[in-house]
Amino acid sequence: MEFKDYYQILGVPREATQDDIKRAYRKLARKYHPDVSKEKDAEARFKEVGEAYEVLKDPEKRAAYDQVGKQWKAGQEFHPPPDWSREFDFRGGGFTEADPSRFSDFFRSIFGHGGRGGEHFEHATFRARGSDQHAKILVDLEDAYHGATRTITLTIPELDAQGNIVGQLRTLNVKIPKGIMAGQRIRLAGQGGAGFGGGPNGDLYLEVEFQPNPLFRAEKHDIYLELPVTPWEAALGTTVVAPTLGGKVELKIPPGSQTGAKLRLKGRGLPGKTPGDQYVVLRLVTPPADTPEAKALYRTMAEKLPLNPREALGV
Amino acid sequence: MTELLTGIVLDDELLLSLRELCRLCGVNAENIIAMVDEGVVEPQGAHPGEWRFRGMSVRRVQIALQLQRDLRVNLPGAALVLDLLEELEELRRLYRQRGGI
Repeated sequence: MEFKDYYQILGVPREATQDDIKRAYRKLARKYHPDVSKEKDAEARFKEVGEAYEVLKDPEKRAAYDQVGKQWKAGQEFHPPPDWSREFDFRGGGFTEADPSRFSDFFRSIFGHGGRGGEHFEHATFRARGSDQHAKILVDLEDAYHGATRTITLTIPELDAQGNIVGQLRTLNVKIPKGIMAGQRIRLAGQGGAGFGGGPNGDLYLEVEFQPNPLFRAEKHDIYLELPVTPWEAALGTTVVAPTLGGKVELKIPPGSQTGAKLRLKGRGLPGKTPGDQYVVLRLVTPPADTPEAKALYRTMAEKLPLNPREALGV
Repeated sequence: MTELLTGIVLDDELLLSLRELCRLCGVNAENIIAMVDEGVVEPQGAHPGEWRFRGMSVRRVQIALQLQRDLRVNLPGAALVLDLLEELEELRRLYRQRGGI
């Protein structure tokens, strides 16, 4: 495993005071908090920063870390000294509020697993619920409309035979309920991290995000579609065929429509107790004036249908 | 073939009692009552026995707990963060819609 330089992670010198460390931690914790941060790797950084602080805020752990840390640099291959655990007995205790399963293998190789794993696990009468897990799931709009089954793969922390916490790759078949919306969460009871000492498993929360769709855009349970029309269709009115998530429908374009006009197809959005609507936004497409005949037609229009579209702009 | 899992959707149509919300979030009733007092979550109903929480409350309670644990934000602070986060999400959504990233 790699050696972690906790000082580098918090951006403080090795001789930093406890106050410096606390300030550096608070600043980084705010920056990378997964609920607040927009950074891509916020969650990983937040965990790393929390782990560094857990060690450096505690004078005993910090002293132990400083002793082992003299020989290594960040990223180097690390093995704890052979008689390490006898020298500093952190195993089986010493954790105030921290849960070592949140920390790296590197951390646990130095400070053990607390009361939850490691050597003491077999004797422990400790019982705890497994941790809740959170993940995002990308869903096609079509699947949200019709409902579907999706197979997802994710890493869930579990205890192995030795009582160590390991990331276990799990494949789940999940039902995507009809009418689900972006931002909503599906809770799968008991599918989170494994419980300890016979405690129940945590839950798995899947936050739905929509896969970008070339035609449709969802806004809550309403669906938006941009529909190109010709000037004569918009001016004279007509009936055209428009796609919806549920299939093609006929749509009446009222005479005198302009670009940007919003036509509502009631109940054609995502299904639900009150189903969403589909909005069709018109976009006028003009034919190219690339033949003498087309040019003549445009000139005739200019003559017979004079119009200043910029009147409202005062020009 | 692994079994097919059906979850519950934590949407606004789902209404949870105080007990159900406690069980889902792994906290006791006092925690939730304090969160209601500070506006972290707003149930319908006059008193705790009648309270009904919308499905989205689960997320607000979970984030408030994380903010308390990780950043030592108190409950009024967590309520403020949650409201600002929701506003930020709405603004990001509008921004994306207008062709931003």
